[in-house]
Amino acid sequence: MTTSKTFGAVVMLGVMTLFYLIPVIVMCVGSLMPDSRVLTDSLTVSRWGENLTLTNYRDVFERVQFGRFFLNSVVVTGGITIVGLFVNSLAGYALARFTFRGRRLFLFFVLVMVIVPFEAIAVPLFYLVSAVGWRDSYGVLILPFVANAFLIFFFYSFFLDIPRELEEAAWMDGASTSRIYWSVILPLAKPVFATGAILSFLFNWGAYLWPLLVTTGPEFRPLPIAIATFYTLPPLQWGDILAFGVLMTLPVIVAFVLFQRWFVESVTTSGLKG
Amino acid sequence: MRSDGNQSALAGLLLSMPAFVGLAAFVAMPFLAAVILSCTDAQLNSPLAMRFVGTEQYRRLLSDPMIRRALANNLVFAAVVVPVQTVLALLLAVLLELVPSGKRLFRVLLFLPVVFPMSLIAVVWILLYAPGETGPMNRVLSWLTLGGWEPRDFLRDPQLAFPAIILLSLWQGVGLQMVILSAALSRIPKELYEAAAIDRAGAFAQFRHITLPQLRNPLVFTMLLTTILAFRLFEQVRIMTHGGPGDATRTLLLQAVESAFDLQQIGEASALSVVLFCIVLCISVLQQVLLDEGRRS
Repeated sequence: MTTSKTFGAVVMLGVMTLFYLIPVIVMCVGSLMPDSRVLTDSLTVSRWGENLTLTNYRDVFERVQFGRFFLNSVVVTGGITIVGLFVNSLAGYALARFTFRGRRLFLFFVLVMVIVPFEAIAVPLFYLVSAVGWRDSYGVLILPFVANAFLIFFFYSFFLDIPRELEEAAWMDGASTSRIYWSVILPLAKPVFATGAILSFLFNWGAYLWPLLVTTGPEFRPLPIAIATFYTLPPLQWGDILAFGVLMTLPVIVAFVLFQRWFVESVTTSGLKG
Repeated sequence: MRSDGNQSALAGLLLSMPAFVGLAAFVAMPFLAAVILSCTDAQLNSPLAMRFVGTEQYRRLLSDPMIRRALANNLVFAAVVVPVQTVLALLLAVLLELVPSGKRLFRVLLFLPVVFPMSLIAVVWILLYAPGETGPMNRVLSWLTLGGWEPRDFLRDPQLAFPAIILLSLWQGVGLQMVILSAALSRIPKELYEAAAIDRAGAFAQFRHITLPQLRNPLVFTMLLTTILAFRLFEQVRIMTHGGPGDATRTLLLQAVESAFDLQQIGEASALSVVLFCIVLCISVLQQVLLDEGRRS
């Protein structure tokens, strides 16, 4: 490869990345500026350093219950992810390893359910839960997403690939099914669980449609709804809104930077498997 | 398969039961409910008993100009975003391969928007699209055209509102596609390129005859995934434009949610949900067929 070609590639990639990052830069820099300067100065590099302030961050906590929204998001995303990993991995394991009546039918059912996009069932599900008055609770935000056909199939294909001899040896030694699951299968499946956890977290942390339909007040409102309502809360103060944005993405970015190899690999493996 | 009869059968049933119940109650049941409700005039919080109306909701959808506009918007979105995003993602993935160091850093930076919630992106881009010459997007465009750009109010301009929505969706989507393509790219055996170089094949010929065929399945997968996402377009338009100005940014899902949530017309919203499902189903089947074909050859 010629050096000029490499140089060209670096320059091109650098310029494209810089343009690409403008929204992120505006968000971070703007969150540190007095509200009146955000619009005029967040792109003026020479004026970035002038009287930066943290008051926007203080304002976020004073104007809305940011802590509450954050907690709601953590509880809902954490609940879906943790309970979901447990439920879906068990089903995947059962499908891969046990003969039982209805196994083939269940597998077919899972494959069909993978195709159904949540957007196509949100409205009727909203109608059903409204009919029984089930709104504004962690349960209604978590339960519909625990069982996930994609994750069941993901675990099922992984368990199929584990050599059966490992479990048969433990079985011969008289280990029970639960013991085999905990001490033989789980240690082997750590990377798959990590991938499943990251995917589940990514799908659910930003979820907007369902919480929009089933939360009416701030009590159970998660962050994605909260930022959209915060934007409409007068007076319009861009510094505060951007500070809210930084606060809500910070944990995700920290997790992303720490586990970035996992993130990228999770997305690629799930993508390449299709 | 373990063969000790009853115990294994019982364990299998017990282990899959929670997931089965969850899928049945929260996916299958609402889906069946959508099909049934779409043949009624059900309304939320209405004292009137619901009536069975047959295919009337579907016929009404077909003749509704607002729905036609929404469907057209979804189609335009797919027709623009799929090719543009694919070319950009491919370009970035190829550039990443050429960069001698810092590949990981670039990859992380370009993947960053994928971890941002769409509702946050929508709000930040409202700021970027701010009207007047201080609006960041107006400033960037004015700078790029050396002052030749007249400031516009992107989100209230019937011609620019939908392109504006498309641009930010591209911005968020390209990182994901780039990462998948980049991983596939680094798996292509280097020997193929070495052999081609011995045969004096140029860079473009190598790209055409090695890179593209080797990337066939990742390309098919990501392109059809983006097509499906195009029909799920919702959050950006709900937050940024509410479908306006006029119906310039209306989409099928926005229409479904508005008729159910804001207008309480469950029958009509259910019919839209069923239509949405059928579209996604067709794309998924096409995706599977094309991927299987690619694996066989």
